[in-house]
Amino acid sequence: MSNQQVDRSKRRFLVAATTAMGGVAGVAVLTPFVMSMLPSERAKAAGAPVEADIGKVEPGMLLAIEWQGKPVWIVNRTKETLATLAKIGDKLVDPNSDVPQQPAYCKNTDRSIKPEFLVVVGICTHLGCSPTFRPELAPADLGPDWVGGWFCPCHGSRYDLAARVYKNVPAPMNMEVPPYKYLTDTRIIVGVDQKGA
Amino acid sequence: MSAMKNLVGWIDDRFPLTANWKAHLSEYYAPKNFNFWYFFGSLALLVLVIQILTGIFLTMNYKPDAALAFMSVEYIMRDVEWGWLIRYMHSTGASMFFVVVYLHMFRGLIYGSYRKPRELIWVFGMMIYLALMAEAFMGYLLPWGQMSFWGAQVIISLFGAIPFVGDALSLWIRGDFVVSDATLNRFFAFHVIALPLVLVGLVAAHIIALHEVGSNNPEGIEIKKHKDPVTHIPLDGIPFHPYYSVKDIVGVVVFLMVFSAIVFFAPEFGGWFLEPDNFIPANPFKTPEHIVPLWYFTPFYAILRAVPDKFLGVVGMGAGVVIMFFLPWLDRSKVKSIRYRGTLYKSILTLFIISFIGLGYLGTQPATPVFTNIARVLSVIYFGFFIFMPWYTKIDKTKPVPERIPE
Repeated sequence: MSNQQVDRSKRRFLVAATTAMGGVAGVAVLTPFVMSMLPSERAKAAGAPVEADIGKVEPGMLLAIEWQGKPVWIVNRTKETLATLAKIGDKLVDPNSDVPQQPAYCKNTDRSIKPEFLVVVGICTHLGCSPTFRPELAPADLGPDWVGGWFCPCHGSRYDLAARVYKNVPAPMNMEVPPYKYLTDTRIIVGVDQKGA
Repeated sequence: MSAMKNLVGWIDDRFPLTANWKAHLSEYYAPKNFNFWYFFGSLALLVLVIQILTGIFLTMNYKPDAALAFMSVEYIMRDVEWGWLIRYMHSTGASMFFVVVYLHMFRGLIYGSYRKPRELIWVFGMMIYLALMAEAFMGYLLPWGQMSFWGAQVIISLFGAIPFVGDALSLWIRGDFVVSDATLNRFFAFHVIALPLVLVGLVAAHIIALHEVGSNNPEGIEIKKHKDPVTHIPLDGIPFHPYYSVKDIVGVVVFLMVFSAIVFFAPEFGGWFLEPDNFIPANPFKTPEHIVPLWYFTPFYAILRAVPDKFLGVVGMGAGVVIMFFLPWLDRSKVKSIRYRGTLYKSILTLFIISFIGLGYLGTQPATPVFTNIARVLSVIYFGFFIFMPWYTKIDKTKPVPERIPE
């Protein structure tokens, strides 16, 4: 052992350099572990488009299908319903669908390609519950102003029959309209954009 | 007998067995005036042991697979020898853990056990509480019933409310676009190994910090201020073992009577410990009519629902838990224990208890407009208790605290 003075600044530099390099290595090693928790290739592949036959969906009816593991609703809306959609705009957060929760070709009052058929991902934009379909008019529990729509049992969010969210509820925006297109008059495919959109 | 002594001597030369026994039990001096409220620390430790032991045996038959999980739990209940008992001990243990921990926290609150020099004990305790909430939440997904599924869907979506990174974060937590097999499998990993390790580590830190500064007591008087001049033992202290170890055994016996009564006669506890909807297998297409978390989360859930904005609701819910961490620095009173506090503090504390229990009740009820408005008022009281604490604890008329613990 020598009695020479310790070069403290060199020691500090070496400690800092070692810590920094060790830190970089630590983060690098952490990366694969963090990445392993992302959706796997299989989970991503399961998000393929699905087809649905809408010919049997009578006016007022709702058909639920599965797309990417999520419920997708197809609702056949009556003329009366479509007429009310334009009138309740002032009670809604985003009546003109300015928030991009739908493909551009569905940015209209009824949020659909063909007005009578609404196609929407049935997941509340608040915390991911699946709202309850309540097409009836003015039921006791939803009040006299209810013109039909969805009520989320989890936190009380309300949507109209174009899946547009009402004001003063926890959900921040309209439910998502997925990309879809008509294959024939009675057959649609969900997960594929309409041509020319 | 001397063979025993030789063995202990042999060990002590290699491992501080006797020294630790003394430091933490036979010569750990606790205040002589512990009361009923001091049972719950040791009971929390007991429940932790129950949960770990029963959990190990449950994993022997449980299948962490979305296709098999629900049936494997039913298999444990019906076909595994005594499986029903082990599972009911585990599910009852989960709720009893929170009962005991809430009472333990309440004790700290009323006797000022979080005050200087015990701030870190409180902070470690809050971390235990957070880890416990994560542990309970992830464990609740495992039976893969309707409430498991939709509860997880809602709670994971909470992270989606964080601006910019939220959606990516919740996707990462789920490992899929919806709660699925990937989610179940990873929650199993967190529930059975990651979080229990964290919990045990935090409990050790909690106890080490406690034994460093010494226990508080119902009077809020520091017993270390008056020590025997020769032995340096606090004059108002008694050794933990045998005095409090024996006292705690009485608590354990009473606790186990209650625990067994629930396990054997009311394991579902009227839907409060095991919710009816969770006896239906998870169905991603149908949200139950009425989603409720288990009772121990409902106060915070009620705060979440009370705020009519997604992001702010999540912030409110998180703040409801996080604000408790700061308790040691919010309280500016001259005294620790409620016994020497004035009417002002006692009234506000009463309001706080009412708000916490009230929110807990409202969190279990449907979100009707009337209930939502009541929840808003109670949320304001809940946060007011903490936010105005530096002010009202300072002006509160306290009584003089004696130097020594009164006889």
